[in-house]
Amino acid sequence: MRFPPEFKVVRDQEKCTKCKRCTIECTFEVHGYDKKKKRMVANDENCVACQRCVFTCPTKALVIERRPPTFSDHPTWTEWIRRDIMTQAKTGSVILASMGNEKPYQSLFDSIVIDACQVTNPAIDPLREPMELRTYLGRKPEKIEIENDALKTEIAPNLKLETPIMIAHMSYGAISLEVHKALATAAKEQGTMMGSGEGGLHKELYPFADHIIVQVASGRFGVHEEYLKIAAGMEIKIGQGAKPGIGGHLPGPKITEPISETRMIPVGTDALSPAPHHDIYSIEDLSRLIYALKEATRYKKPVFVKIAAVNNSAPIATGIIRAGADAVVLDGFRAGTGAAPQVIRDNLGIPIEAAIAAVDQRLREEGIRHWGSIIASGSIRTSADVAKAIALGADAVYIGTAALIALGCTVCKKCYTGKCTWGIATQVPKLRKRLDPEKGAKAVSNLIQAWNHELKEILGALGINSVESLRGNRERLRGVGLSQPDLDVLGILPAGK
Amino acid sequence: MCGLGGILNRRGKRISGKEIIAVANAMEPRYDGRGGGFAAYGIYPKYKDYFALHVFLDDEEARKKTEEYLKERVEIKKDEEVPTRNIKEIPRQHITWRYFVDAPEKFKEEDYIVETVMHINDCIEGAYVASSGKNMGVFKATGMPCNVARLFKVEDYKAYCWVSHGRFPTNTPGWWGGAHPFNILDWSVVHNGEISSYGTNRRYLETHGYKCRLLTDTEVVAYLFDLLVRKQGLSVETTAIALTPPFWKHIDRMPEEKRKIYAALRMTYAPAMLNGPFGIIVANRNMMIGLNDRIKLRPLIAAENGDFTYIASEEAAIREVCPKPEKIWAPKAGSPVIARLNEV
Amino acid sequence: MIMDAKGLHYKALNKLIEDAINNSAKKIKITNVNGQRYIGGGIKGNVEIEIHGTPGDDLGSFMDGPTITVYNDAQDGIGNTMNSGKIIVHGDARDIVGHSMRGGKIFVNGDVGYRVGIHMKEYKENFPVIIAAGSAGDFLGEYMAGGRIVVLGMKDSDSEIVGDWIATGIHGGMIYIRGKVEEHKLGVAAKIAEFSQEDRKYLRNLLKEFCKTFGYNVKKILDAEFTKITPMTHRPYGKMYTE
Ligand code: SF4
Ligand code: SF4
Repeated sequence: MRFPPEFKVVRDQEKCTKCKRCTIECTFEVHGYDKKKKRMVANDENCVACQRCVFTCPTKALVIERRPPTFSDHPTWTEWIRRDIMTQAKTGSVILASMGNEKPYQSLFDSIVIDACQVTNPAIDPLREPMELRTYLGRKPEKIEIENDALKTEIAPNLKLETPIMIAHMSYGAISLEVHKALATAAKEQGTMMGSGEGGLHKELYPFADHIIVQVASGRFGVHEEYLKIAAGMEIKIGQGAKPGIGGHLPGPKITEPISETRMIPVGTDALSPAPHHDIYSIEDLSRLIYALKEATRYKKPVFVKIAAVNNSAPIATGIIRAGADAVVLDGFRAGTGAAPQVIRDNLGIPIEAAIAAVDQRLREEGIRHWGSIIASGSIRTSADVAKAIALGADAVYIGTAALIALGCTVCKKCYTGKCTWGIATQVPKLRKRLDPEKGAKAVSNLIQAWNHELKEILGALGINSVESLRGNRERLRGVGLSQPDLDVLGILPAGK
Repeated sequence: MCGLGGILNRRGKRISGKEIIAVANAMEPRYDGRGGGFAAYGIYPKYKDYFALHVFLDDEEARKKTEEYLKERVEIKKDEEVPTRNIKEIPRQHITWRYFVDAPEKFKEEDYIVETVMHINDCIEGAYVASSGKNMGVFKATGMPCNVARLFKVEDYKAYCWVSHGRFPTNTPGWWGGAHPFNILDWSVVHNGEISSYGTNRRYLETHGYKCRLLTDTEVVAYLFDLLVRKQGLSVETTAIALTPPFWKHIDRMPEEKRKIYAALRMTYAPAMLNGPFGIIVANRNMMIGLNDRIKLRPLIAAENGDFTYIASEEAAIREVCPKPEKIWAPKAGSPVIARLNEV
Repeated sequence: MIMDAKGLHYKALNKLIEDAINNSAKKIKITNVNGQRYIGGGIKGNVEIEIHGTPGDDLGSFMDGPTITVYNDAQDGIGNTMNSGKIIVHGDARDIVGHSMRGGKIFVNGDVGYRVGIHMKEYKENFPVIIAAGSAGDFLGEYMAGGRIVVLGMKDSDSEIVGDWIATGIHGGMIYIRGKVEEHKLGVAAKIAEFSQEDRKYLRNLLKEFCKTFGYNVKKILDAEFTKITPMTHRPYGKMYTE
């Protein structure tokens, strides 16, 4: 017995020329040709609504519709809960999911509004006045000493970004080489950074290495001396927002030749990223790894540490900064993933907004805010989210899903199948070809450029001409419909006050 | 919109308050009468080694409490009411008292006085310390500068450095303490415009132990100078770079060593950067500084004549007292005018 | 007709001027001016006003026809939204000279400040011109939509002839700078165009009256390198927005 399908493929038989293009485009085996009836037919049950066939049908004969809920309504036992239970009853397995948290928790970003200037504190016109987005990530000194016109204070290595928007870590293996290339090209073009993800760096990305932060995760895939040395910076991944406390698992069939080479593991074996690093069971251990990386790169590069946003983020983050990290990356509970147990993805962790506010505040209280930067990631959807994250206290953000959407991802949430019809989350050569790295780079670059423009508009409206005057400027945020405890955590006033 | 004025005699020659009053009056259309004030350096030569506390007191009760507290904390050399005249334009909100005090020897005197001032402002109801530097004082109230001057008989004082402010307030309601100049110890600040980076600056100061109580832009400017110059030992020139740094575009084009310094300052003092349209005059016992924002959205004019340096929001204000200065110029955006005592 | 502005509030002074014009005064000399605002604000006709002293902000704003001569420095905002007429300043003029000016001329014998000629525009027979013998600050000709700005840089050899971010958002009109301008100083939407013989001729004409006013030699002024700055397009931000 199977479930009633979620979607319905509607084909305009008049327009359909039976070219069979859809049978090629769809990787979920939905479309077929019925020889007897002499027309195209569809197996609705398999459709994931990725829209590939709709976009590519030459005569625009296809529409995908959502089927009305087929179950009797119940507020507690939603259709999805019932479906999951039935699936698990049948399989006895953990439900796997892709992309970010799907539960309708209140969005804090959407409950925060940004101030604007009128007359007395005039707005600045971003079109005609210079507006600066340049951001440095890393440790800053407490103060500057100058002697005989020369700088006496030593400045720790910082990453220089021309925008506070970076591209998130997504591993080669979870996504294709073409995607990695597109993202790296865009990062370079926009003067920002891209995260390598935990799957190592393909040789073809080496020319972009000065715009890449390489990740060192528990599996240490593809981590070697050259990988560390060519990169702009390093990032130790302790956890990720989509699956805090959970490791990763790239199935053997996805370990193709080039991936095996990059990850430095044999073809066809599972790539298992353990939950904790085998060598990190305490903050001292983390410090040891931070300094091992700094030593190996002769203290020329910053080392970031990424954690999932959890209740205790504030003390953890201060520990991380005190342990020697140059930045702490906070990954919120809405962060995307290629594959995670659904129960983890949807229920663990805390909102990124709260984590930024708590960490920024705690670092300030301890007087060590300048020791390290704060990078926010996980569900940064718009330039407004970027601005709000920065005003709450972040130095920069990572965007993952948004960058993939720029590349054509329709968020069908089937990344874990490896059958991504858009050629993104796949290693199948003929699917990979669907994504042109150059066009992709342009699209991601455009997205960042557009957000940069919008950020400048926001800065202008706030009457400031440099992003550093937005950082931590919670004075310019207000909450709408938030409870007092929420407002307190975010450190903002309610609207109208 | 507000109007700023400043006069410094670089040889330390003291001049009557009449001049600064004339400067302030020349910019009358810039004010709306909800705040005016003057800071004067060199007015108490007899007690020049004592911190002069100008305190606004709501009533006798507040005065008693303040005095009790001061007696516990410091040595009071002398105290008296600040002479005033009755004028109908400014109804009296407070009695203004001045105390000449000294910190007990074992303490770091400046920090100790700051603590004392903060305690009075914070914990003694109906008392507010308007200024606390040595050999100086702030006279301010809710009214036009010309009337504030009459109220406090400003023309009777002689100072080598004068700063004036007339206010057109838009954010904080007018009360005497909220008028400018804002003062802490030696630093006095007057300001025109808006520091839109206020929230960022304030949180930066809070991590360094400052408590911003007045919630005004001027307060953060004063504390930033105190932190960078007094506590961190930056030169005033370097402080000006930290507060209104050049654009990255210009830093990127500098010669290597200079670029390194400027980049380091910008990175380090990013949260101290003053952003928004503003012109400010900052003074202490040794100097007077004029500074405006990085893209010059508020006016500021400077002039020199003999031993005098003038800074004002309008050229006409300077010409009112010095019709033909040897040099008169509009300082560039973000570039400070620094005039020092004994530098002629 | 002579007026003494000493101690007069701007309202009183401007009323005196208005009355004089209504009584068909053709020449008005005002002495002891210091800081009075809006002198010549919104006046019409062909009256000539001479100012001795330092006039206040917004001199000649919305003015339509008259000529104002200032024998000293002028403050911020001269010729704000002026329609026609002439303002002559023998000293320096400060920021936002000729804001949104639609026609007429502003001649300054000294330096000019920031945002000079911001959003000035031409319309039908109205054609605004700003000429400064000295240097200009940042944001010269911001949002410029028409007319001509000429900066001659002849006063102080130390300071730069023109500041940064020249002609950001320019979409009409033209700027001539006497001297070389580095490419990086141009704002978005501005470009350096070739300074041709045509331009030289045009400039000779444009400068004649200016030179006569301040006693310069046109030939000498023109005997130098010039940079011509023009808009790249009439729609500088056309691509910035999308639906
Ligand atoms: S291509 Fe996508 S939308 Fe089209 S039928 Fe297949 S799964 Fe459904
Ligand atoms: S990456 Fe591909 S499989 Fe994953 S959600 Fe996007 S379109 Fe679907």
